[in-house]
Amino acid sequence: MPELLLELFSEEIPARMQAGAARDLERLVAVELARAELAYDSVSTFAGPRRLTLVVEGLPARQADRAEELKGPRVGAPEQALAGFLRKTGLGQEALVDRDGVWFATIARAGRHTAEVIAEIVPAVVRAFPWPKSMTWGSGTLRWVRPLHRILCLFDGDVVPFDVDGIGAADLTEGHRFMSNAAPIRVTGFEDYRTALLARFVVLDVEERKRRILEGARAACSARGLTLVDDPGLLDEVAGMVEWPVPLIGDMDPAFLALPPEVVRTSMRAHQRYFAVAGEDGRLAPHFVVVANLEAADGGALIAAGAARVLSARLKDAQFFWEEDLAKPLESRLETLKGVTFHAKLGTMFQRVGRIEVLAGIIATMIEASPEKTVEAARLAKADLTTAMVGEFPELQGVMGGYYAAAQGADPGVAAAIRDHYRPQGPSEPVPTAPLSVAVALADKMDSILAFFSIGEAPTGSRDPYALRRAALGVIRIVLENGLTLSLNQVIGSSQFDGEGVAAFFADRLKVQLRDRGARHDLVDAILALGDDDILRIAKRVEILSEFLDGEDGGNLLAAYRRAGNILAAEARKGPLPEAMLRRPKGPAEELALYEAVMSFQPVVWSALEQDDYAVALAALAGLRAPVDAFFEAVLVNSPVAAERANRLALLNAVREVMGLTADFARISG
Amino acid sequence: MALSFQDIILALHAFWSDRGCVILQPYDVEVGAGTLHPATVLRALGPKPWRAAYVQPSRRPADGRHGENPNRLRHFHQYQVILKPNPDNMQQLYLDSLQAIGIDPKLHDIRFVEDDWENPTVGAWGLGWEVWCDGMEISQYTYFQQVGGLDVSPVAGELTYGLERLALYVQGVDNVFDLAFNDPQSPDFKTYGDVFLENERQFSAFEQEVADTDMLIRQFHDMEAMVPRLLAAKGRRGQPLVLPAFDHVLKASHLFNLLDARGAIAVAERQSYIGRIRDLCRECAVAWVKLEEAGA
Repeated sequence: MPELLLELFSEEIPARMQAGAARDLERLVAVELARAELAYDSVSTFAGPRRLTLVVEGLPARQADRAEELKGPRVGAPEQALAGFLRKTGLGQEALVDRDGVWFATIARAGRHTAEVIAEIVPAVVRAFPWPKSMTWGSGTLRWVRPLHRILCLFDGDVVPFDVDGIGAADLTEGHRFMSNAAPIRVTGFEDYRTALLARFVVLDVEERKRRILEGARAACSARGLTLVDDPGLLDEVAGMVEWPVPLIGDMDPAFLALPPEVVRTSMRAHQRYFAVAGEDGRLAPHFVVVANLEAADGGALIAAGAARVLSARLKDAQFFWEEDLAKPLESRLETLKGVTFHAKLGTMFQRVGRIEVLAGIIATMIEASPEKTVEAARLAKADLTTAMVGEFPELQGVMGGYYAAAQGADPGVAAAIRDHYRPQGPSEPVPTAPLSVAVALADKMDSILAFFSIGEAPTGSRDPYALRRAALGVIRIVLENGLTLSLNQVIGSSQFDGEGVAAFFADRLKVQLRDRGARHDLVDAILALGDDDILRIAKRVEILSEFLDGEDGGNLLAAYRRAGNILAAEARKGPLPEAMLRRPKGPAEELALYEAVMSFQPVVWSALEQDDYAVALAALAGLRAPVDAFFEAVLVNSPVAAERANRLALLNAVREVMGLTADFARISG
Repeated sequence: MALSFQDIILALHAFWSDRGCVILQPYDVEVGAGTLHPATVLRALGPKPWRAAYVQPSRRPADGRHGENPNRLRHFHQYQVILKPNPDNMQQLYLDSLQAIGIDPKLHDIRFVEDDWENPTVGAWGLGWEVWCDGMEISQYTYFQQVGGLDVSPVAGELTYGLERLALYVQGVDNVFDLAFNDPQSPDFKTYGDVFLENERQFSAFEQEVADTDMLIRQFHDMEAMVPRLLAAKGRRGQPLVLPAFDHVLKASHLFNLLDARGAIAVAERQSYIGRIRDLCRECAVAWVKLEEAGA
């Protein structure tokens, strides 16, 4: 079966866009082939620095023929109408079929050659390609991520003739920019193409490039008793920057290892895309791995030496920043935060620090952290924003503050709190656990949320420019994973902002978070409906309630709750329910028993809840189950005696109320 | 033997002259980058083809380190090439130019790394790369998409070589002040430091410590006020005085940089200053394109 091979050959495509472009190319071509009713066996795509490639295997040589039925005029309609229809279909009248008094024509549509269809599909896909950023070049109007130079398009070994803005499809591609000569290569199909590229120093498949980088880098390291520090994100990026990866080891002056390891690694990674290397003790070694894009005649000696010099210059800069920053006490930088805008409507970073300090101090008292040290850590938490190092590497905010504070003699707990207060920044990053760090981390996130809510910047839909959902998730994780008892409303109330909408936002985030952890959505709702603001307690109760409902007593009690609710609702439809005080019933025995049960369990539930013993409260409810079942079995609620009816309705209501102390059972489904 | 600083410039001049560029002299108004030379900012706009190359001394007062940092200068040199419309083989031309100054792409690792260039003060942006040689950024390569807020059509390709960095690399030197400025064999051999170190020292002090901010603010307002007047005025052929107006934009821009280096611009004001310069630049760009399209 014929194969389609397409290569879009351009100037260097940004590494970060390559994977997405491969997916888009596959998707767009697949959609168009489906629309053209062209089935195929498989499709694959490849992306690299200078080319996007797609290969579709098992296409038919042409589309299947199709028969299309067209409805014409009524039989006996005026001559012109019939003549018009015949003209439109190109048929004679004898070819028409009279069905229920209407003319029908069947037109055979011959399937087109697949190549013809491809010649339309590819230009359309190229023109509509969804690059995150695209450009025009020269005098043309075509948009591509960078200038597009060649289109290779073969169907079943033949060039598919088309042209996009003066770029004609051909059977030509190019090899490595420097290692092969510039003469274009003629190819006949995918296997030929892949082999020809490999012979000209281009590894087509990014996974293969990654494999070569890792294997080469590990081998080079182990030859010198070193280990490569894994960095999958960097590997992805580097694999998008080279067609012929050649890992080389470079050296650095060991004196640079006196810098914090985060600084050395960030400098290598962010500026140079070098991999860090560890020694036998697992600590950074004075070497690095750079992945060159070619095999140089000198074995890469010049390249490795050049890379080392550049890194050395970078690290010298970092050393300069480190020393300059250290010379100035963090405390003295607070003043400079007055010049750093946090948000136009929310004032400066200095003002924000003031708020965080207050809030952190209050939270400290709630979680038994030292308020004085917490306030000190909060005050210094943002001071590193004006250091030269953080100016150069914004991703080291917090980390640098921690180092500077420690070096300037701060309490180790304070330094750690400064370092960790941005955590967790993602769902996989661990939460801070030291009380000081927890207090500052919570205050930092709560202040962001409260401040942005106060200026109407709550997240909506997919819009969350200030990452407030991430902040809320951070708060929830810190509380849950540290087992903190904390009144959210009290925290909100301690802030200078009015906090409107914040509690509801947290309820919402908590639902999402607990559901992600496997909790039932309706149970979270049932607990939240009671207005609890203690995240840990809510989460625990959801868990206990879930267990309770899974048991026999819980399930039956839920059924009884519903039955009572249905009766009350049915009676309410007849007219207003009597507002009778519940009295001790005279009989029958089942009614009396239920009354006694409600009366005796109610205080048990109360006190259990007061002592935060939710399991005991639910166990008490379980004691209601037998009397409730017996009551429904034996007693007619809708008694003809009005006083009896009123008291029985009041009794059912009391059952619901005592249950409702533990959760809103009306919200529980299933 | 490695080329001296001035020989790199001469080699680039010869190379780009052979490729049809007019070789211009540096613009004689203080600018922060070679892009700001009217031969780039203004000539990139409008329909007429244009190829030029020149050295532009560039001043970035905030980067001053009193000559004490081996890698950072407040006054440095960019080699600037502008090709409009960009030729199809522009990347190859660029690589050939590296070879002309002694960088062999078969021995070094030349890489085109994504870098989307923008200059908000002149309302310009483009897509392209920073070019790395063994991990060192040696050039900026940009396909201009907008300048002065106007679409660039045809597209102009811009190459900016950081001459000091390039020379550090070519000569294998670690300290910019140790660069050979002219031929080391020459009887009057001079290093880069011999030529520019004292300038760095004096100007760093002036720009960061001594410059009179009140005066700078006054001058900024004066320059700003002149631009609309010049655009409204007419030359002998009835044309607006775009080129003098643009000079005043450049002067305003440099005054802003000086104020910035003195720490006289609050964060909140920064955007407003940049916005004002951008608007003035845009007005010049609009007037320039009108003139170019009219075939003046």
